[in-house]
Amino acid sequence: MTEARPPPSAATPSPGPAPSTVPLPYGKAELEKRLGGDWEARVRAMYHGMLFGRVLDTRMLALQRQGRVAFYGPATGQEATTVGAALAMTPEDWVFPGLREQLVALLRGLNLTLYLHHLFGNDLDTARGRQMPCHPSAREVHYVSMSSTIGTQIIHAVGFAYGLRLRKSPGISWTFFGDGATSAVDFHTGLNFAGVYDLPVLFVCTNNQWAISVPNDKQTASATFAQKSEAYGIPGSRVDGTDVVDVFCALREARAEIAQGKGPRLVESVLYRLTPHSSSDDPSRYQPKGWMDKARSMDPVGRFEAMLDRIGVLAPSEREKVQAELDARVRSAIQEAEVMPPPRTDSLFEDTYKVPFWPLTEERESFDKEQGGNFP
Amino acid sequence: MTDMTLIQGVNRALHQAMKADPDVLCLGEDIGVNGGVFRATEGLQKEFGEARVLDTPLNESGIVGMAVGMALYGLKPVAEIQFLDFIYPAFDQIVSELAKFRYRSGGQFPAHVVLRTPYGGGIRGGLYHSQSTEQLFASTPGLKVVIPSTPADAKGLLLTAIFDEDPVLFLEPKRIYRTATGEVPDGDHRVPFGKARVVREGSDVSVFAYGAMVPLAFQACQVLEKTGIHAELLDLRSLVPLDVEAVVRSVEKTGRAVIVHEAPKFCGFGAELAAILAEKALYSLKAPIVRVTGYDTPFPYSLENLYLPSVDRIGRAIQRTVAAG
Repeated sequence: MTEARPPPSAATPSPGPAPSTVPLPYGKAELEKRLGGDWEARVRAMYHGMLFGRVLDTRMLALQRQGRVAFYGPATGQEATTVGAALAMTPEDWVFPGLREQLVALLRGLNLTLYLHHLFGNDLDTARGRQMPCHPSAREVHYVSMSSTIGTQIIHAVGFAYGLRLRKSPGISWTFFGDGATSAVDFHTGLNFAGVYDLPVLFVCTNNQWAISVPNDKQTASATFAQKSEAYGIPGSRVDGTDVVDVFCALREARAEIAQGKGPRLVESVLYRLTPHSSSDDPSRYQPKGWMDKARSMDPVGRFEAMLDRIGVLAPSEREKVQAELDARVRSAIQEAEVMPPPRTDSLFEDTYKVPFWPLTEERESFDKEQGGNFP
Repeated sequence: MTDMTLIQGVNRALHQAMKADPDVLCLGEDIGVNGGVFRATEGLQKEFGEARVLDTPLNESGIVGMAVGMALYGLKPVAEIQFLDFIYPAFDQIVSELAKFRYRSGGQFPAHVVLRTPYGGGIRGGLYHSQSTEQLFASTPGLKVVIPSTPADAKGLLLTAIFDEDPVLFLEPKRIYRTATGEVPDGDHRVPFGKARVVREGSDVSVFAYGAMVPLAFQACQVLEKTGIHAELLDLRSLVPLDVEAVVRSVEKTGRAVIVHEAPKFCGFGAELAAILAEKALYSLKAPIVRVTGYDTPFPYSLENLYLPSVDRIGRAIQRTVAAG
């Protein structure tokens, strides 16, 4: 099969750090201090997780350009945040995601092939191909179904946390949303309700600096998105979202405080969107010249690799092996999922209600007649 | 059996459900200490505590969104929206989220929430305490829409709603909160969805109504009985699911249909009923279908009595329909 050229702004997986890359500043001693005795295992897990996301995005964007999937919402540039978050969670936690957190689900154990069934919208998709790609539901890993409207999931995380506390369940609610969502109704709704009822919710604002084409300074006059939580009585902080170590430590600490009953927290993760908003977007229409060069120098994968080179963990040859393995996994999952048939037609009429009733029952009965036969 | 008002029927159902099932909880504006602005939740917080009867911040999107999150956890939230007129900040949560969770997750994440809200005119409430917009919700797949007109149905339909597994919009006709009185069965009285109630039988014309229009239509039918017109009156009780068999069967018998609702006529629920009758009972019809509704304007304050269907308007429409053929 001929490979289409990836779109100009798509990052190549693990190119090795670019010359302009700003390396993560940590040495071994500092990593041990921040990550603990098993720091090296954590470092490997962080790299593996980030590269997994990068490889998947690169392959899927290529597939979208080839017309093999209709849509894809890449999260390239956000890997430090999703991986840092996934590693800071416990299995009991629940995730109310935005558009770019599927990597969290995968790192929590969502089967890759099952996720690919969703991306292809086929019969084995647990949601029967009803949603656009990148909108998975995965109850088994506590990854809650999302819509495409912005910010509505934030208040769901709060209501869910009410249940967690009422029933003294272990775990907390995590909700992810972008910079644009901080202007939406349910960002304010969610923070206000969480503050009033003092609930175990961790709000993660992934500030990738662009809400499609609208930059931060047209989204808000506030100096930061983190400071917005102060108005709701919730501590807010900022973290370098391209530094997986920093993200992991900040979220682990916030999670611990929340789990101790200290109430909700908001963490703003400042990062750079390294690909278009989605496969349907063209950033050359709105991004200033030079913005992407600066952004590339802060690529979370490149920054991490530059650090690895310095501390001598995961040598380039070893990294190439990791990448080849991940690429093979992704390709094999794609192969398996792409050949599956579309959802069976009965699924058109199912799951709107627990038990279908008129007019759905009548529409199902006449469906075969309406669809079958020759016209005229 | 106990004699009570419609709003007492609502209160009894909430009380009983909360007593029977610790997962049931109530949330809304002013519903706790104050017992709700209409007193539908009177006494609940005192008996079941603040953790299960929540006074919320003033934000309908928050009330519904919070209830959705609670339902995803496995609780059975009953959210009160103070007036149907105030539900629109929550429209996104209802239409984009609540109604679609089961479908879009392939059944992995059903979100069962009951939204109770007083609706309808006749209380001098002006534009923003009077509207009937049930059609906006009845036309959204994934929601059920239920409307009682008697105390017994208020209790029985609400209990069914709370223990149903789909999201339910439970519309309470506030105009008859205290004027609709009657006997209500004690205990776990449940009224199934999708079954219309035959208020009175007749052979000349079928009258379809719900909510506060039912007692008015009943009066009109009683008056006309003396003039020799035998009208059949059906209280639809649930718009979604609709008792389509009862509707069609009645018109097959009478050959005439008059539809009554408070909401504006254009694209109102009556349009759906008329279309169903055109599809399924056209050859039984002896006269054009007539709709008696609110006018196609916003809801007025001073002239609300002229805007709302009255016994006279309903009665004359029935007379005209019977005379037409």
